[in-house]
Amino acid sequence: MRDIAIISFAQTPAQRAVKEQNEVEMLMPAIHGALGQVDMTIDDIGFTCSGSTDYLAGVGFSFVSTLDGVGPWPPIQESHVEMDGAWALYEAWVKLQLGELDTALVYSYAKSSPGDLPMVLTRQLDPITVAPLWPDTVSLAALQARALLDSGRYTEEHFAEVAARSRKSALDNPNAQLAWDRPASDVLAEEYHVAPLRKSDCAPITDGAACIILAAGDVARSKVERPAWIRGIDHRVEPIHLGLRDLTVSESTRIAAEKAGVADGAVDVAEIHAPFSHQELILRDAIGLGEDVDVNPSGGALSGNPMMTAGLIRVGEVANRISNGTANRGVAHATSGPCLQQNLVTVLEGEN
Amino acid sequence: MTWSDIDAVVIGKAPDFFEGVMMPELFLADALGATGKPMFRVHTAGSVGGSTAIVASQLIQAGLHERVLTVAFEKQSESEAMWALSLPIPFTPPLHAGAGGYFAPHIRSYIRRSKAPDHVGMLVALKDRQNGIKNPYAHLHEHDISFDSIKESMMLWDPIRYAETCPSSDGACALVLGSEKVADDAMAEGRQPAWIQGTAMRSEPTLSAERDTVLPLGGALCAADVYKQAGITNPRKDVDAVEMYVPFSWFEPMWLENLGFAEPGEGWKMTEAGATAMDGDLPVNMSGGVLCTNPIGASGMLRFGEIAMQVRGTAGEHQVDGVRRGVGHAYGGGSQFFAMWVVGSEKP
Repeated sequence: MRDIAIISFAQTPAQRAVKEQNEVEMLMPAIHGALGQVDMTIDDIGFTCSGSTDYLAGVGFSFVSTLDGVGPWPPIQESHVEMDGAWALYEAWVKLQLGELDTALVYSYAKSSPGDLPMVLTRQLDPITVAPLWPDTVSLAALQARALLDSGRYTEEHFAEVAARSRKSALDNPNAQLAWDRPASDVLAEEYHVAPLRKSDCAPITDGAACIILAAGDVARSKVERPAWIRGIDHRVEPIHLGLRDLTVSESTRIAAEKAGVADGAVDVAEIHAPFSHQELILRDAIGLGEDVDVNPSGGALSGNPMMTAGLIRVGEVANRISNGTANRGVAHATSGPCLQQNLVTVLEGEN
Repeated sequence: MTWSDIDAVVIGKAPDFFEGVMMPELFLADALGATGKPMFRVHTAGSVGGSTAIVASQLIQAGLHERVLTVAFEKQSESEAMWALSLPIPFTPPLHAGAGGYFAPHIRSYIRRSKAPDHVGMLVALKDRQNGIKNPYAHLHEHDISFDSIKESMMLWDPIRYAETCPSSDGACALVLGSEKVADDAMAEGRQPAWIQGTAMRSEPTLSAERDTVLPLGGALCAADVYKQAGITNPRKDVDAVEMYVPFSWFEPMWLENLGFAEPGEGWKMTEAGATAMDGDLPVNMSGGVLCTNPIGASGMLRFGEIAMQVRGTAGEHQVDGVRRGVGHAYGGGSQFFAMWVVGSEKP
C-alpha cells in the first residue's frame, strides 16, 4: 500500500452546548486550524471528505451547508459519509491509495445539544420491531454492561476505575469537557443512573468538530518533521439486533484489529472510542491490548463525545502523540451504532 | 455469486429523513450480508447513487477487495419529498418550493441565453416517457403520452410543466463490481463485463457569486476529468450513449452542453433534431431516465447501472445497438455535486 500519514489535526473544545454558532461557524476553526498548522490552504488539498448526520442537524442535506467551511471554489474533489469522521478518513485514505492525489482534508462535526440525544439515537434502530419502543442509548448500553457483569470477567469496580482514570487523564487535555481527579470509590458511591451504569460510566453529551489532513510519502515528510503513518486501517460491522450478537465481546473490532495489523508490533498508546466505561474493557480485549498500553491519555469519549467526530478525534489524538515523539506506535478505534455495532481500527506509527 | 463471495458493501441514499430511519445502513447491515465485513455509507445529495458506485469501485482499484456489492435506494412513499426538499435553514434564503422551484430559474436563464424554442422541454419529456415504456423497471409507463398531453399538463414552476417533472418513486439498485481478474473470468464464461474506464466527482458551493448554475464549472471539470481518464477527446464522436440525470426535461440540453456534447447554447438543437432519441447518433436516457423513475438516492446508480447494461448488451427492449462506450452521470444539491463514470466493452 502507498504510505499515507496524518500531518495535521485540530479540534474544537468539547462543550455541552455551542449556542452562539451554527455548525459551519463551529467547524471553521477546526478546518482552518488544521490547514494553518501546516501552512496550507484548501487549494493545496487534493481530496476532501466529511462525516456528519442530518438527524442531529435536524435538516436534510445538512452537510451541503457545512461544505462552505472549506470554501469549495474553484470546484473540488469531494465526498461525504453519513458516518463518523473516522470513516471519512478511511475513504480519503483509499482515494490517496489510487496514486493520483497526494493530500486530503477530512472533517466531521455534530451538535447534539439542540435535541434529546438518547432519544434521537433510537431512530437508528430497527424501525419495525425496536424503534417504536424508543429504547434509549444509555439503557441499551446498560443491558450490555449487565451482560458483561454476568459473564464474570469484570465487575462494577472495573467500570469505576475506567471512569475515574479517564477523567483524571482529561485534566491534561485542554479540549476535554469533563475532567476531575477522584478515586474510583467515589464513582461507586454514586447512585445508579441506569443500572448497572452510573452517570460517571457514561460519556457526556457534546457539541464539537475536528479536522485531519493526510498526505502521501515525501509530501508528508516535507510538511512535518514526524508524520504519523497509517500502517493499517480496517472496519467491520455486525447485525444491529442485540439478540444476534454476544454483547460481551466485539467481534467486528477483533476482525478489524487483526486486519489492521495491531499485533504486528508493540503498542505504546491506544485511543479507544468507548462512550461507556464497560465498553473500553470489551474493546481492549477485542483489540488485544496488553496491560502496559497507555489507554485514552486524552480522557477518551468519557471526557468529551461529539457525535460523528469522537472517532476521528481518537485518530488525531494518537497521531499527535506520534508526531510529538511521546509514542512510536499507536492504535486508534472508532465505533458507531448501538452497543458497538460497527467498529474501525487503525494503526499509526512514527518513522525512526 | 453468493453472499460469501462479497468482500464489502457500499451503500448510498439521500437524506435519512425521507424514510425516518437514522443511518439506515446500521439496520440494513445484516440483510445486506455485511455481517463481519466492511460496510460503508455514502451521502452526497442527489449525486449519491453515482458517487456510491465510485467509492465502491475505488475499493477495488486500490487493491483492497476483489468483489464489492454496492447498493442505493430511496423509499419516498414514506414521506413527502417536495417538502422534505424544502426545509427552512436559518440564515439561508428560502429559495425552495421543492426542487422544481429551485431549478426553474436556472432553466429560464438557459432559455434566455440559448434562445431555445419553448417546445424543446416537451420534446425531452415525450422521448424519455416513450423510452420508459420499453423499460419494465420504470415507475411510469405512460402509453397514451403525446406532445399535446404534455403541453396541456399543468404548469407547476414556469416553465416546468407537470409532465416535464420526475415522479416521486420507491426503488433500489445494486451492482456487483469486480476486479480485473473477476471480470476476465466473467468474460471467459461469455458474460461481457462493463469495464470502468474512468470515474470522477466534483463539488462546488450552493451560493457563490462566481457560480454559473446553467453551466456549472464543477460539471464541466468532472466531465473533462473522466474523459481524460477514458481517452475521450471528442465526446460527441467517442461516446455511443449517455444516461444522464434529467429530473426536469430542460436539463437534457443543459447537460449536453455542460458535459461537452454540444457547444454552449447549442444543446437544444441536438434534442430538437432527434440526435438524443433511441435512433439518434447520441441516444440519451434509453431507460426513460429520471423523468420516468426517481427514487432519489438510487437515481444516480440507476444511470450508472443502465449505461453498464447498454455496454453489456443486456438492456432488453431499450437496448441500443453497438454501444461500445457510454457515460453515466448524476448531479445533486443546487447543481453543485457531480459524479460520472465511463464504461466500455474494452478493457482500459
